Amino acid sequence: MTVTRTSTVKKTLLATAIAATLAGGALVSSVAQAENTLRMAYDADPVSLDIHEQLSGGIMQLSHLIYDPLVRWDQSLNFEPRLATEWEQVDDTTMRMTLREGVTFHSGNTFTAKDVVWTIERLKKSSDFKAIFAPIESATAVDEHTVEINTVKPYPLLLNLATYIFPMDSEFYSGDAPDGDPKDEIVKNGNSFASSNVSGTGPYTVTERQQGVRTDFARNPDYWDTDSPGNVDHLILTPISENATRVAALLSGDVDFIAPVPPNDLDRVRESDDAKLVTMSGTRIIMLHMNQKRVEAFEDPRVRQAFAYAVNQEAIADRLMKGFATPAAQMSPQGYVGHVDSLKPRYDVEKAKQLMEEAGYADGFDITMMAPNNRYVNDAQIAQAVAAMLARINVDVDLKTLPKAQYWGEFDNRAADMMLIGWHADTEDSANFHEYLTACTDADTGAGQYNAGNYCNPELDKLVADANEEIDLEKRANMLQQVEQTLYDEAAFVPLHWQDLAWASAINADIEPVLNVMNFPYLGDLVIDAKDAE
Amino acid sequence: MIAFLIKRLFHALLVMFVISVIAFAIQDNLGDPIQQMVGQSVPESERAELREELGLNDPMLTQYLRFAGNAARFDFGYSYVFNQPTTAVIARHLPATLELVAASTFLIIALSIPIGVYSAIKPRAWLTRFFMSVSIVGISIPVFLTAIVLIQIFAIGVSWSPFPADTGWGTWLNDALSTDGGMPAYGRGNPVHVFGTWDTNFASLEGLTYLVLPAISLASIMLPLFIRLIRAEMLEVLQSDYVKFARAKGISMRRVYFLHALKNTMLPVITVGGVQIGTLVAYTILTETVFQWPGMGLMFLNAIERSDIPLIVTYLMIVGLIFVITNTVVDLIYGLVNPTVKLTGKPA
Repeated sequence: MTVTRTSTVKKTLLATAIAATLAGGALVSSVAQAENTLRMAYDADPVSLDIHEQLSGGIMQLSHLIYDPLVRWDQSLNFEPRLATEWEQVDDTTMRMTLREGVTFHSGNTFTAKDVVWTIERLKKSSDFKAIFAPIESATAVDEHTVEINTVKPYPLLLNLATYIFPMDSEFYSGDAPDGDPKDEIVKNGNSFASSNVSGTGPYTVTERQQGVRTDFARNPDYWDTDSPGNVDHLILTPISENATRVAALLSGDVDFIAPVPPNDLDRVRESDDAKLVTMSGTRIIMLHMNQKRVEAFEDPRVRQAFAYAVNQEAIADRLMKGFATPAAQMSPQGYVGHVDSLKPRYDVEKAKQLMEEAGYADGFDITMMAPNNRYVNDAQIAQAVAAMLARINVDVDLKTLPKAQYWGEFDNRAADMMLIGWHADTEDSANFHEYLTACTDADTGAGQYNAGNYCNPELDKLVADANEEIDLEKRANMLQQVEQTLYDEAAFVPLHWQDLAWASAINADIEPVLNVMNFPYLGDLVIDAKDAE
Repeated sequence: MIAFLIKRLFHALLVMFVISVIAFAIQDNLGDPIQQMVGQSVPESERAELREELGLNDPMLTQYLRFAGNAARFDFGYSYVFNQPTTAVIARHLPATLELVAASTFLIIALSIPIGVYSAIKPRAWLTRFFMSVSIVGISIPVFLTAIVLIQIFAIGVSWSPFPADTGWGTWLNDALSTDGGMPAYGRGNPVHVFGTWDTNFASLEGLTYLVLPAISLASIMLPLFIRLIRAEMLEVLQSDYVKFARAKGISMRRVYFLHALKNTMLPVITVGGVQIGTLVAYTILTETVFQWPGMGLMFLNAIERSDIPLIVTYLMIVGLIFVITNTVVDLIYGLVNPTVKLTGKPA
């Protein structure tokens, strides 16, 4: 039996019967309207409307809809001016930014430098953001449209941080809410004014929100960016956590834009005449830690190298991930300053066996491994594949996979000899990987918080700390590349791949220009071709 | 009667108490809620502070007593994810689930009684054989598969062309085998507001189209069971003496089947049905997940995924309460249908 597409009208008897009895508004709701509406489905909806409550992908995506950052990344990871039009380094620790004029908030208030200062101060109070904003000492409004940002030490990543500064309407959020609490308070467990009221400068306003069910957005009629080609008047965001349903909703025409697209359905979407698929190599590294405190053998670099040689990243990316991943030999993806082009996956079982023999472990040993089973794409299967590969160098792996809700507790306790983690650098910078994943663990500073391998090389920590004060960006890149090279040589961890990103949309939505590797679609600039709309 | 209801009230309290103790005892295995609340770069000190603030560091008994004390005043705590009282969150999700269960129950009753009775009256008819074999298939297919197949056929559409498309009959057969979808694949659409937290899908044709596929897949689990149950009971009743006497007396067969026989057939069916309605509420977890139906089942699954312990505990207690209530109602109805049953337990 062949399955093909024909253009004739097809109906079974049952479908006809159901359609005849029930054909109501739903079936004709896709008739072209004068206004463009984009119905989109993500796997989850943002936890709150307060963009300082949590640092997560969902909140960042929301931020780009209802607010504008000072600067944002373009598709090739360069800075694009948004609410900041110009910036200059006044001295080693001060940056002066010129702000856009003629911008108003949704509330009607005018956007000025004091809003930027207020927002930075609020970020420094947010438990999720204060860590990455620690380098900023203070911000001062020089005049209405100029702001000066002072850093504690020379800090080369100030512009990276500026992509996280979405100026909030300081007047709107000042004073007390009806319940007596200050309007600007950040509450993680409970209601706050900011978690349900929004005034930003962004392309959309929130018109209605039912948490976990749907959020409605309307185009901001006074949006400052009149050059933006965006022509979408309404956005309806529905969380659809079930992968199969999200894809079905797109293919059936119930929604126009979905993300993420599960790898198993990539071909189905690609072959559909009614939908299109956009994929990009992502920046989230998937890797395995080898815990040196739990397993003595891992203290020997030769054993760690043997593990790195034994794992076939290409095979995992090709067969398990169906090409939906880029094999990795380091943490920094291409485009990051610390990326070293010459580092390639080093799969070689013979070499691995030889190294094991040299280290005195020709007969191998037993280890435990843990991995989440619903956090990353195919996470449990990846761990199984790695366990099978390690068996070839006589390492017997006792693998346990857990749902993410349980997994992270185990991860924090470093409860297995090898643990899987995926990491995306919040600052889009190589140093971030090292600070959290491979730096010597220090509970006080938070360094190496996710270093479940207990790898520790003080020289590298020093190098990264120096790099974070190095204003000369070329010199800084060299330092960070040196870090990657050393981690590779010492096989501090087993890198696997960078997980790809995938989005899909109805054929008439031109999504490609608004997508980026950070996975913050700039939907304010999205163009829908009304002619093609049904 | 009053004594019976009071007894049941104590049952309900006992059930809810036991559930809350169990839910509390396993909460350590439900994951760390703090992990779900904060971003990856939040240092341990901040997490510890939040954990202290939520009272998660207290001994289990202290936590339980605090919870039980509040629960006695109908305060079941705040959901970590929704930042609202858990009872308010459940009140918002409950109507969607009840509507789905109501629609499925309607389908089950409307289909199982006529089909069950028919296949008992005409056990050898080809239609009976057809119903029986379909119901076997229905029982064996898991509900999420039914749901996905329904979505593919009626929402996305399938196009099969096993027959030559260049002939008239081939095209006709191909078209008959293919669908062009069009039914909504997920969610509730735009339900009509009734009052409070109740939005209904029953008020408009458009709303009903959203209800059709989820209701069919939810009903698909119970429908075969009830068809077979009614058929078996009816077959047995038809053999009994009073039916034979009724026939001998010359009462019309329709009256015998649908008045005398059916009434006695329904007795065990009501008992099973009452218990199964509770089960149906539990099965909505699968159906609601596949169809993203914004009811309690979907809410519960998300709560588990995000370790929203207060919401999980409240949900379990409320589902326990629903079970007790449906069982009580069933017992009351049972007493009405069968006068030999005494609710207070004393023999008649």
